[in-house]
Amino acid sequence: MADFFADPQVLRFLQEAPFAIWETVYSTLIATALAYVIGLPLGVVLVAGENGRILKVPGPLMTALNVAVNLLRSVPFLILMVIVIPLSRLLLGTSVGTPASIVPLVAAAAPFVARIVESSLRELDAGVVEAAQAMGCSPWQIITKVMLSECRPSLINGLTTATITILSYGAMAGAIGAGGLGSMALMKGYQRQMTVMLWGSVILLVLLVQLIQSIGTALSVKTDRRINPTESRRRKRK
Amino acid sequence: MAEPIIQLKHLTKRFGGGENEVHALEDVSIEVRAGEIFGVIGLSGAGKSTLVRCINLLERPTAGEVIVDGRDMLRLTEKELRKVRQSIGMIFQSFNLLMQRTALDNICFPLELAGAPRREAVRRAEELLEIVDLAGRAGAYPAQLSGGQKQRVAIARTLATNPKVLLCDEATSALDPKTTRDILRLIQDINKRLGITVVVITHEMKVIEEICARVAILDHGHLAETGTVEEIFASPRSEAGRRLVYPDGVPAEVLYSAADRDRVIRVAFNGGTSYQPLIATLAIDCGVKANILGADTRNIDGRAFGTMLLGLPREGADKAMTYIRSQKDITVEEVPDYHG
Ligand SMILES: Nc1ncnc2c1ncn2[C@@H]1O[C@H](COP(=O)(O)OP(=O)(O)OP(=O)(O)O)[C@@H](O)[C@H]1O
Ligand SMILES: [Mg+2]
Repeated sequence: MADFFADPQVLRFLQEAPFAIWETVYSTLIATALAYVIGLPLGVVLVAGENGRILKVPGPLMTALNVAVNLLRSVPFLILMVIVIPLSRLLLGTSVGTPASIVPLVAAAAPFVARIVESSLRELDAGVVEAAQAMGCSPWQIITKVMLSECRPSLINGLTTATITILSYGAMAGAIGAGGLGSMALMKGYQRQMTVMLWGSVILLVLLVQLIQSIGTALSVKTDRRINPTESRRRKRK
Repeated sequence: MAEPIIQLKHLTKRFGGGENEVHALEDVSIEVRAGEIFGVIGLSGAGKSTLVRCINLLERPTAGEVIVDGRDMLRLTEKELRKVRQSIGMIFQSFNLLMQRTALDNICFPLELAGAPRREAVRRAEELLEIVDLAGRAGAYPAQLSGGQKQRVAIARTLATNPKVLLCDEATSALDPKTTRDILRLIQDINKRLGITVVVITHEMKVIEEICARVAILDHGHLAETGTVEEIFASPRSEAGRRLVYPDGVPAEVLYSAADRDRVIRVAFNGGTSYQPLIATLAIDCGVKANILGADTRNIDGRAFGTMLLGLPREGADKAMTYIRSQKDITVEEVPDYHG
């Protein structure tokens, strides 16, 4: 046992792992947040604007949005990373390093998030939206108070999936000089054949994914009033 | 006579276009009086939902006018329409409650939309829960409620904004007979106590019978007839009306009662060589117009078997009977106490 910890590779791994974890976590979180900033409204528009049912979006604009989303989604991430290098340079002044990797991550994840949000919102029964309209709900109220809140459990599941996908994209971004666990596995583990580095970072990635999935599922289930409808006892008001 | 609160004038609604165009409503004009319970009945696909959805403009008619409480609905701006919709409640077959909110919060929802302070909204919601007999279930989520209870929450929800009109689209169609009766009674109670005009859409005659004063019958997008429920039950004038009042076919006594002076005879075919064109012969040879009230005959190997119920006008009945008696393989008897 002591031998194992005396191994220079293990020592190095233990030294570098915390920072790699940190880099992976923060780039994943920032990229996910930014992807939702773009993808969530886009997903909402894709559902609410369809046939002008809730939002009056011009038909050609809807088509353009759909095409744009599909185009971005059909480009493999590895290629997208290269394509957006000029954009990273423009936005951040550099195209290498962890912050720069967030740009292609967001570019790839935003359309993905839009589709995930779209499919969650489509689960909502059209009758519920109709009832809300019959009560005099404005489009904004329908989106916030009906669509987003009724679909919350499914949106949380989507968020979990999106976060994990972005995490794995982020690991790939190790190839263009981003830091984190992916780069640790790729650059040090694989290319320099440091087995401990390789497997150590893979195990950490697996654990991270597990953690995210468990938290996501628990949140989704716990907040879903259809599966887990604990009767809420309200304070009796006078 | 009370003022009409809802006027639908020459309402036409078509879906799609070109070859697939569906004529959901064709030139339908209906007036609903303030304070009444008005029924709209028709078979599936007759256009009932489309009609009721045109009242609050969930569906915009292709042509025609919609006037609710004196306002021309089609002239309203989006914002005005939303305001007016708060005074037109609507309940549905599938309840359409918000599943992630408690019963209480579902009822608070329209008040929230109208900008009522939370405290007031909760107080009003609790009052309404009382009215719909669900006082103990404020904190229950829809998933914990039965169908009937869900519909009660939906009713309370529409009442929250003090509507003048309540639209019910198949509101009881998902419920068992007992619950249906309870919900109908609640709707009736609301109509009486709060003076809310109710429009009930249904495909079940017993719902109309139970609570409606007047009824319109829709048939393939056309208005077949309107009238008081008694009138239509007593003598439906349209084909669609007869089909709804007598889903199993028109019983003889109904046709018969229209011509009370007739005599009724039963004619039995005992296997004559072929069907006698009896009715035609009666008309030509005896000048008697016979009315077929019912028939259960079949042709076996070109020979006729079975019985037929005929209504005969009083004058000429004897002559007709004599003629029929003279025929081979046919027996005839009078049905003296035949009455509907
Ligand atoms: N949004 C729509 N697009 C195309 N056709 C429609 C639409 N809504 C209704 N229709 C058609 O209009 C006709 C009338 O439909 P509607 O829903 O009003 O019938 P209904 O009398 O309510 O029937 P049910 O008792 O089955 O609810 C049907 O032929 C239906 O297919
Ligand atoms: Mg219908």
